[in-house]
Amino acid sequence: MSANHDGANLLEVRGLTKIFGTLTACDHIDLNIAKGEIHALLGENGAGKSTLVKMLFGSLEPNSGEIFWNGQAVRITSPGAAKKLGIGMVFQHFSLFEALTAAENIALSLDDGSPISSIAAKARALSYSYGLPLDPDSLVGDLSVGERQRIEIIRCLLQTPQLIIMDEPTSVLTPQEADKLFETLERLRAEGKSILYISHRLEEVKRICDRATVLRHGKVVGHCNPREETAASLARMMVGNEVQAVVRAPVEGIETAQPLLEIRGLSRKPATPFSIPLRNITLNVRAGEVIGIAGVAGNGQGEFFESVSGEVLQQDAASVRIRGKDAGGLTITGRRLLGAAFVPEERLGHGAAPRMKLSENLLLSRHATDGKVFVGTGGMVKSGAVYAASQRIIEAMDVRKSAPDPEAAALSGGNLQKFIVGRELDRRPSVMVVNQPTWGVDAGAAANIRQALIELSRSGSAVLVISQDLDELFEMSDAIAVMHNGELSKPMPIAEATFEKVGLLMGGAEPGHAEHTLETA
Amino acid sequence: MMRLELVKRPQRSALFSALSPFIAFALTIIAGAIMFALLGVNPLTAFRIYFIEPISQVWQLHELAIKAAPLILIAVGLSVCYKANIWNIGAEGQFVFGAIFGSAIPVLFPQFEGPLVLPLMLLLGMVGGAAYAAIPALLKTRFNTNEILTSLMLVYVAQLFLDWLVRGPWRDPQGHGFPQTIQFGDSSVLPELMPDAGRANWGFVFALVAAVLIWILMSRMLKGFEVRVLGSSPRAGRFAGFGLNRMVFFAFLLSGALAGLAGISEVSGAIGQLQPVISPGYGFTAIIVAFLGRLNPLGIIAAGLVLALTYLGGEAVQSALGISDKVARVFQGMLLFFVLGCDTLIHYRIRLIGLALTKQEGAAKLEATPKLKEAR
Repeated sequence: MSANHDGANLLEVRGLTKIFGTLTACDHIDLNIAKGEIHALLGENGAGKSTLVKMLFGSLEPNSGEIFWNGQAVRITSPGAAKKLGIGMVFQHFSLFEALTAAENIALSLDDGSPISSIAAKARALSYSYGLPLDPDSLVGDLSVGERQRIEIIRCLLQTPQLIIMDEPTSVLTPQEADKLFETLERLRAEGKSILYISHRLEEVKRICDRATVLRHGKVVGHCNPREETAASLARMMVGNEVQAVVRAPVEGIETAQPLLEIRGLSRKPATPFSIPLRNITLNVRAGEVIGIAGVAGNGQGEFFESVSGEVLQQDAASVRIRGKDAGGLTITGRRLLGAAFVPEERLGHGAAPRMKLSENLLLSRHATDGKVFVGTGGMVKSGAVYAASQRIIEAMDVRKSAPDPEAAALSGGNLQKFIVGRELDRRPSVMVVNQPTWGVDAGAAANIRQALIELSRSGSAVLVISQDLDELFEMSDAIAVMHNGELSKPMPIAEATFEKVGLLMGGAEPGHAEHTLETA
Repeated sequence: MMRLELVKRPQRSALFSALSPFIAFALTIIAGAIMFALLGVNPLTAFRIYFIEPISQVWQLHELAIKAAPLILIAVGLSVCYKANIWNIGAEGQFVFGAIFGSAIPVLFPQFEGPLVLPLMLLLGMVGGAAYAAIPALLKTRFNTNEILTSLMLVYVAQLFLDWLVRGPWRDPQGHGFPQTIQFGDSSVLPELMPDAGRANWGFVFALVAAVLIWILMSRMLKGFEVRVLGSSPRAGRFAGFGLNRMVFFAFLLSGALAGLAGISEVSGAIGQLQPVISPGYGFTAIIVAFLGRLNPLGIIAAGLVLALTYLGGEAVQSALGISDKVARVFQGMLLFFVLGCDTLIHYRIRLIGLALTKQEGAAKLEATPKLKEAR
């Protein structure tokens, strides 16, 4: 099953360079991908992984350098050209229409005019042969994130690619779903297909990848066999220095600490046909603790976040209380003024306005809480003070950027996330609610964000973290609750929590009835 | 084979953002030359009469200011709406209602004279325009109606209402049956700026002041920031705590008030009474002005002067060459068409496919079949 290292290279990249203005995103990248290997592409955010992949998939044109496909020089001018060559890609963020069926979504991208029924039949056969069972006639809106990813993978496989590029494929999966995906990848490798696997999860890279290419600041800093490395040595190559392990000091006397965020019997009807109702959620987050909420994506986390943040108001004012005051009827501004801060899951278009500068995006969430500092008499914005504060945050969070005050959309995802989290931390909020704090953020930056959130709690704030990344929750949380189908389990103290217990709750088992549910399942 | 292809730019181009109105203007001139040639007129002569002669004397510049004032006033208000992604198309109706409200004082209380009259009229004009603009805002926030349709349809309601007023209850009893109100008294007339040099009145000053104030609002104030955030990413705006419904009212009331001010200024300044038609389509032309000025209030001043010239030029070619003054409408339409077309260049660049392939035949084995949805 091991890769054919001596065989001909399927893809060879020589000196590939891409320059954006003054920033060299990719600087003379060399990369070889052999037939039948799973090749990992590792690097921090902003290291140039996305830029490199976009050049390979034809979305960006390189400034210089060569690409050889089966030994022949090629120019990949468009995604269509990449597909013709035999390069397929599974994106990190899916592009599926929720109101259409899986087969219809596939048909849209194939674009060859074959009837839906034949596409559905092909998709069904392919999905079973690769151990990715999928009903092509089901509506995407009804499918879990893992199942949606299968559609993307099948859509890619239907074009019979030789090389499949996968961008952070496991970031949305449960541990069980990820295991299934790895089996599929190994089967594809056995068939002689090559996979370029982008991930920041070093353990899984060690588990399934044959070789790895590590990027840092747009340059290749090394090729290695991940199986011979440790997670720590891989991280060191990526970051350039040791990744600090997250430290979580035990909290004393948390039982008597005051709850700063109280949620009492919070319910919400579904707002759209594709959203989840919230059912009688109760949770207290006390001063000094971090509570984690685990759950498979799409089980009401987004709806819950909106309700707690005040983007959606509650009928019952007492269903959300912040620092002892009823906040259910307050807007997000009112809740912020009580001392709460929020970081939503989606960065572009929700946590930040894409076409606005970072300094303007600072004003976005803090125009009311820091009104005295940022807004002068008559509603004039003190742009000097805002700019200075944004530079302070950029400095504190080590945000990497190509201009002094760039547009939010010009930053890589991880760097923007550092800014958005830093923007709220800078206020020293007494209640912090974060949805997916390190989604798609590299190891070094993720550790910094997690550590900063823990330190915020230890300084006397209440921190609530919603995440699909179990490793992250176990690293940060003092207790973990699980959200499933709009219901929230009781928080489990971290000392009692295990992956297995949490995983069962994520799958929908009721606490205390776990065995019964397993039998009927 | 060769064809043009649009390729999305990674970032919006600042260069083309500034150049686009000029390219559009040049294209309008070219298309205009073809039109004049087809009408059997020497394009050079026509352009001289259209664009140069109307502004070759001082009194003519005053006429330009009179035409530009309502265009600028309305367009700066509309720019706030459009920045907020709210589509008020009904400024013409708000203009008419501003004129009606403001005229109520001189028409209904002709004996009321003094220095208070004019400020009160202007204030009432703004109230009238804002109140009329509140209707589509209310319909949008309450019933989720499309404001483009409702604000546009209300234009015709306003025009017919004015027509009925001047033929019916507000008709001048001594007017020999002409459909018009009494002439406004001296205290109800907007004074001229320099009576010796030309007819331009204080309306032009209002327009300049409004443009500067709106520029400060949009670029320096928290409210302007709110407008831009809600317009560019509504969900981030909601996260910021800005209310979309409040913004709909703010934008409609502000633009309605400015259109109303333009309406009463026009009636009390340039016309001096109410009559069935008080605007050659200022409210619609202002939409072109807003976009030609890049939705920037200072740019709108320049754009307002250019569009005012198209009105004067239309009148000039009609009297000098006997061409219909509808030529002005054609020029305005072409300008808007080309401006919107050229704006594509801000987000996309044009690539000549086919040329690139023949240049590099060796590497051109791949047939490029890109689609916009894939390039995203």
